[in-house]
Amino acid sequence: MTFRVAVVTAGLREPSSTRMLADRLAEATVSAGAARGEQVEIEVVDLRTIAGALTSALMSGVQSPEVSAATTAVTTADAVIAVTPIFSGSYNGLFKTFFDLVDDGALAGTPVLLGATAGTPRHSLAIDHALRPLFAYLRALVVPTGVFAATDDFGQVGSRPADDVAPLDQRVERAGAELVDILLARGRKQVKDEFADFTSFDELLGQG
Amino acid sequence: MQFGVFSVSDLTVDPTTGRAPSEAERIKAIVTIATKAEEVGLDVFALGEHHNPPFVSSSPTTTLAHIAARTTRLQLSTATTLITTNDPVRIAEDYAMLQHLADGRVDLMLGRGNTGPVYPWFGQDIRNGIELAVENYALLHRLWREDVVDWQGRFRTPLQSFTSTPRPLDGVPPFVWHGSIRSPQIAEQAAYYGDGFFHNNIFWNIEHTARMVELYRERFEHYGHGRADQAIVGLGGQVYMHKDSQQAVREFRPFFDVAPVYGHGPSLEEFTEATPLTVGSPQQVIDRYASMREHVGDYQRQLFLIDHAGLPLKTVLDQLDILGEDVVPVLRKEMAIGRPAHVPDAPTHASLVAAAGGGRDATVYAEGDDVTGASPEASRAEEVVTP
Repeated sequence: MTFRVAVVTAGLREPSSTRMLADRLAEATVSAGAARGEQVEIEVVDLRTIAGALTSALMSGVQSPEVSAATTAVTTADAVIAVTPIFSGSYNGLFKTFFDLVDDGALAGTPVLLGATAGTPRHSLAIDHALRPLFAYLRALVVPTGVFAATDDFGQVGSRPADDVAPLDQRVERAGAELVDILLARGRKQVKDEFADFTSFDELLGQG
Repeated sequence: MQFGVFSVSDLTVDPTTGRAPSEAERIKAIVTIATKAEEVGLDVFALGEHHNPPFVSSSPTTTLAHIAARTTRLQLSTATTLITTNDPVRIAEDYAMLQHLADGRVDLMLGRGNTGPVYPWFGQDIRNGIELAVENYALLHRLWREDVVDWQGRFRTPLQSFTSTPRPLDGVPPFVWHGSIRSPQIAEQAAYYGDGFFHNNIFWNIEHTARMVELYRERFEHYGHGRADQAIVGLGGQVYMHKDSQQAVREFRPFFDVAPVYGHGPSLEEFTEATPLTVGSPQQVIDRYASMREHVGDYQRQLFLIDHAGLPLKTVLDQLDILGEDVVPVLRKEMAIGRPAHVPDAPTHASLVAAAGGGRDATVYAEGDDVTGASPEASRAEEVVTP
């Protein structure tokens, strides 16, 4: 089976360490899928390229074609990898703006792998205190391992001498494998047709 | 094919002068706009219903009755009538009254409103929006078709032996359009009753509009009201015109940039690409709107929004002149090309009377009076029981 995974990245710079983490999580997911004999296709939604259009959509309610393509990619994917930089203790505004434009219920039951980056490891719990509540509201199925990468993590391979935190590559690998486990258990996402979401009047008025 | 304008009745500061009209000025301006619409040869004027500033039109039947008295040909409609928070009994009464005064030149567009607090202000719960629209319309539909109604529902006091007066003119209720942007349930409702479906697409791309209309057409046929391409479809629209298209953009941009709802958001260029808003020469408006039927099929009613965002009355009247002289006559011809003969026009009172096999006096007379207490129901019985 081929699964489609959308990768949302809210990094603001180019190059971006957030994008870097997102790519690593995507690769880990593809490898974990291959190890299980499944193909995973990745579609990246880089929010910085549509930042202005996202604000316009929020203000006017009108989604431009690129915003509409981005929300559709995410809401129809079999799973989502969502990665944001941590600003002022939480996901950044761009990340929240995007998920504010996703329809209520559109991610319900969708497996989601969370990632976050920051300048220092002091923000490492932001995934648990900020991102998880947001995705709990969206009723997404969040993968147990969230991957936080501080700038220093990109320079670590193997175990740190000073503490017993698993290094980034191991955490990324574990998270990808967990996402694939859940993806296989859930199967392909059944996307609800918004234009079929009604009750026939025969039935509604008790005449059917 | 009917062409017209609709007003949401907003009181907005004119950004070029810093001045907002008073309520008195705006209310009179709405009447002037409506009478001008008839004068320039448009077919329809539709007025919104709102219950909060910056809107002035809380009582559309009062305004429309006044307009009816000052016009002879113009079809009067609403944009929209709140089927969720109005008592359906009052809608039945108010619009039947208006229908008589306007000699039948009345239809309604039902909607659920766009202001959340209107629900609690009128004692309702916004979470029941769709259920209210379904139940209230089911009652309204009966009140106009049955002289005496016994009824019980979830949202309003039960009715026993109730007669809504006046009865519809010539025994034919006003035509009803159901307006919805995103709710397939409302398209289904319009289809079930064989009523019209109006998609106010001014904030939507045409692909979405086309899907909603397609659903309505499919279900219209499913319920046996005719073929899918015979369903009654209306679209919203928004235009600003000048014979020099660059001048149109220059004039409209200051209004666009700070307009309620979409101001401070997308650029004028982005918004005109994504939505039906067309700012330019009359020919550009003709080209854009003549292409609508490629997406939604041959349709029956096209309404334009032209008087919002603080545009001064004089500008709006100029826009009406352009619509009436340069745009609508051409669009009428364009839309008629290749339109199959079996596609109907929008229903009017005359066409509905003809379809009913002629008009009849539907007056219900009460036997006796308040003192004897006889009911309209009793007046219809063979034998009137007197105390």
